[in-house]
Amino acid sequence: MLRKINRDRFYSILLISPSIILIALFVYGFIAWSIWVSFSNWEGLRPDLTFRGVQNFVRLFSNPRFHIDIRNTIVFTVFFLTACIGLGLTLAVVIDQRIRGENFFRSLFLFPMAVSFIVTGVVWRWMLAPGDPATGRLTGVNILLDKINLPPLKWYTDPTVIHISANSQLGQLLDSVGLGFIANPLYGIPVAMISIVIAATWQMSGFVMAMYLAGLRGIPEELREAARVDGANEGQVYRHIVLPMLRPVTLSAVIILGHISLKIFDLVAAMSKRGPGFATDVPAYFMFETTFHANNFAQGAAISIFMLVTVSLLIIPYLIYSSRTDSEI
Amino acid sequence: MSTNNIKTFSIFSILLIAALLFTACGPATTPTPEPPVTPTTPPDEPPDDFTGTLEVFSWWTTGGEAAGLENLFELYKNKFPQVEIINATVAGGAGFEAKPALTARMLGGDPPDSFQVHMGQELTETWVVDGFMDPVTFIFESEGWDQYYPQGVLDIISYEGEYWTVPVNIHRANVLWFNQEVFDQYGWTPPSTFDEFFALAEEMQAEGITPLALGDVGIWASTHLFEVVLAGSMSPDKYNGLWTGKTDWNGPEVKQALENMARMIEYANPDHAALSWDQANDLVIQGRAGMTIMGDWVDADNLAKGFEHSGWAHPPGTDGIFVALSDTFGLPLNAPHRDNAIEWLKIVGSKEGQEAFNPVKGSICARSDCNPNLFGSYLQGAMQDWESHTIVPSLAHGAAAPESWVALINDVMTSFVTNLNVASAQAGLAQSCIDAGICQ
Repeated sequence: MLRKINRDRFYSILLISPSIILIALFVYGFIAWSIWVSFSNWEGLRPDLTFRGVQNFVRLFSNPRFHIDIRNTIVFTVFFLTACIGLGLTLAVVIDQRIRGENFFRSLFLFPMAVSFIVTGVVWRWMLAPGDPATGRLTGVNILLDKINLPPLKWYTDPTVIHISANSQLGQLLDSVGLGFIANPLYGIPVAMISIVIAATWQMSGFVMAMYLAGLRGIPEELREAARVDGANEGQVYRHIVLPMLRPVTLSAVIILGHISLKIFDLVAAMSKRGPGFATDVPAYFMFETTFHANNFAQGAAISIFMLVTVSLLIIPYLIYSSRTDSEI
Repeated sequence: MSTNNIKTFSIFSILLIAALLFTACGPATTPTPEPPVTPTTPPDEPPDDFTGTLEVFSWWTTGGEAAGLENLFELYKNKFPQVEIINATVAGGAGFEAKPALTARMLGGDPPDSFQVHMGQELTETWVVDGFMDPVTFIFESEGWDQYYPQGVLDIISYEGEYWTVPVNIHRANVLWFNQEVFDQYGWTPPSTFDEFFALAEEMQAEGITPLALGDVGIWASTHLFEVVLAGSMSPDKYNGLWTGKTDWNGPEVKQALENMARMIEYANPDHAALSWDQANDLVIQGRAGMTIMGDWVDADNLAKGFEHSGWAHPPGTDGIFVALSDTFGLPLNAPHRDNAIEWLKIVGSKEGQEAFNPVKGSICARSDCNPNLFGSYLQGAMQDWESHTIVPSLAHGAAAPESWVALINDVMTSFVTNLNVASAQAGLAQSCIDAGICQ
């Protein structure tokens, strides 16, 4: 009996060892390598791994482009998560009403997820193209806007950053309480980012819908029935029974979407790159340009390490939480 | 799964597979085999000596530049019909997309046989100093090119006593382009000082014409405008000193240049961030904008678009100054088909090659012995200016500063053209000089 367990264990270790070795080398090994590079002197194409210290990070945090990138990431994350979760939950609730053609709609909404962000980016770049001002020819969505007598929008080429003006009443009020620094584009919302949010939401909201739909189907009908028997109307059923029971799904959705939005690169690279005045610049794109245009590998590694840390701050508590709930079961 | 479910699923799967097939087929069918070219002249050397392939990497994919490259390939094919030429191009203005692709190949130990690179710091700092190139001095010696290339060019391509690349053309960055018909209609003359420029801009605005067309969707066009304004706001010596740390980036000249540029941007089309340089030129062609400041590749763009009423002048303050950039081809260390590549470079540097390439590309020869009659009227003027003007290196196109510094200046420009904040731009430029390791 004992021998059999040992043999089982031996085979199981043998079977997973290739993936353990490969992941140790190509994931954790290269993370360690990147951390080392981020503290090194490597500028230019020839690796120079002599130790420089925290200077790469000091320079990064004093770089105005990086400040804008952090603003953009926050704006993108907030809008993208709100839109995806709002839309995904709405679609899931609608489809959960046992409508006709449910399978069709479920596949329809889920399908954009099968497309890569690069493809989404290229398609939405065309759809949201501002048109050619030289000829006045409109393209994409702007044609639709024109048909309903709305002015064409500049979409991802719009340099506007909506922010509190320092001269406005609110700006002066903030200044009087020592918060005048908020009246600055750095604490604003870049309009161009909305276009990226639209494309990302188109792609990911179906996935959130599928998660919520699974969650909704997991709620026993008896619970809803019981609530109805107690005199709850449909709104109250959702408010007090369904939504609280969907909380774990929301948490998973936030984690999954959140780590996508912190790392987003391909969609931005395909759609608008840095954008006017860095309106759509994100840390990952900054990292790409620093490393492969400016050949500043040490600085590029510092940006990637910063991104790794932010994603870890999101993922690690979640992993701890989910392993605890697993062990409780 | 219910049958209904399976049916929907299969329909979508088939659609997906079909979509994948279409996309997969696309690129595969694109490179149609070239029909074999019959040599018009008998080859000078037995063709058996040269076989295999020749891979040339560049970012020349459109219009005159692609046609010029094709002319060079024709010359090569006539001479060495056995060699198969691989035209490895990555599209994108000023090589913005191509350079990362080249970097990845060079670092991965997979160099092309020869690649396009800008003369100056882009070549020297990025590739030569770090030991990725083979010197080509021996080609200059065997072909006797020293006497045909101007000394200024030979100095720029030298490093530690060797030549490192073969220049094929010279472009001028500081040209002010306008629509001659529009100027004639209103009786305007091109401005030669910044004061005249702003006065004319006011008149244009009064007529409902956008004074300055700018298209900086890839931010380099803003950096390009900035370098022209820099060169126009200080003496050539001061301008050259910027790149060695001799001229103070915090000084009054740079401040003046930034103020000039900020005022110019206020007269530019507000949608400049959405346009490319050639779309900006379209605004001039259609008479919707008065002027554009761009390199002399606009001449080729005008020719391609059949626009015949183009006028040109020196942008404010740059009369007598030639802001130059040059495309060159180098020989990477461990080029897989070194012999083929050497023969390619001999064609690139020859009079015959440059006369085949440049009139189509819209640039002047890097050699000084090309026949001016092959060139259009703009280029003939540029050839004369090249002989007589003070030559200074271009910033946006890799001649003046290393790529790491250009990237930092591009970042400063990205913010500057939207917020027009002179003080923060000047601080950013001074900091970029320190970060690039040039200034203390």
